[in-house]
Amino acid sequence: MVLNNIEKLVEKYNNAETTLKEEAQLKAYFLSDDVAPHLEHYKPMFQYFSNAKKEQYTKDVPLKSNKTQLYKWISVAAVAVLMLGIFIPNWNSGPKTLSEYTPEEQKLYLETKQALALISNNLNQGLQGMNALDMAGDNLNRGLEKAHYISVYSNTTNKLLKN
Amino acid sequence: MKQADFVKIVMPFKDKVFRLAKRLLISREEAEDATQEILLKLWKNNKKIEDYKNVEAFSMTMTKNFCLDRLKSKQAQNLKIVHSNYTDGNTSLQKQVEAKDSVDWVSKIMEDLPEQQKIIVQLRDIEEYDFAEIAKMLDMNETAIRVNLSRARKIIREKLTNTHQYGIK
Repeated sequence: MVLNNIEKLVEKYNNAETTLKEEAQLKAYFLSDDVAPHLEHYKPMFQYFSNAKKEQYTKDVPLKSNKTQLYKWISVAAVAVLMLGIFIPNWNSGPKTLSEYTPEEQKLYLETKQALALISNNLNQGLQGMNALDMAGDNLNRGLEKAHYISVYSNTTNKLLKN
Repeated sequence: MKQADFVKIVMPFKDKVFRLAKRLLISREEAEDATQEILLKLWKNNKKIEDYKNVEAFSMTMTKNFCLDRLKSKQAQNLKIVHSNYTDGNTSLQKQVEAKDSVDWVSKIMEDLPEQQKIIVQLRDIEEYDFAEIAKMLDMNETAIRVNLSRARKIIREKLTNTHQYGIK
């Protein structure tokens, strides 16, 4: 590159009139090895500028704010659902009368009631049948008592025979 | 907006934010904190990000304002003692050697510049933004930026020439 050109650029550079492109040219020139001696003192300046551009930010940034907020709301919702689950059944448990139900439900209820009454009737009949067994047991007991009399009777006869 | 999209938007300029923060706050730790703060602020407003025409310029403005606030705040009064990459050329031999290193010296010269000029040199000479963008970021007109830039370059040049010629600080 022509030295004359560089000198002009340096002049412009000092007046802050260079464009980015011209500054790139200057940078390339001063970072190369053959810098004219009378411009030597610019060298560290450009060297520093290009060094400084290499510095990097290495720390991690914790970007969690949105997620944690979501979790917070999920836990709030879970607690709310739990509370509802505990309290709502208590509110609705007051006893209802038959008239509060719909006609179909009433019909169903009555039918079920009839069916259950039928079953209990049959059960009672069965119980009566069982009474007969009970009587039979009674008779057996009486028979046993009679048998006892017999054994007492035989005892006394034995005693008489011994005498 | 998902985290991945956000990272995609932020990735290209997060280093620039960090470097500008470090230029102004000098301490590396302070700059890291500032960068994190800026990125978190952006993330918090990530729904609005799509409305911004130029997220990068907006972030740089935010960084500038944030860092200047930090410098003004009481907490930053002892910033000079806190940062660990502070070099004192007089104490040890190694540091004297380092101070003679001209490249290092440029960063020291830049530390002494007024904040406005620091920002402009950082944005123009290091990050290579064009004047229109810098004007938007700093809310200044281009002429004022050129004037400031040429002054800053002059200061750096003169100080550098002095050290170069006499080997003194």
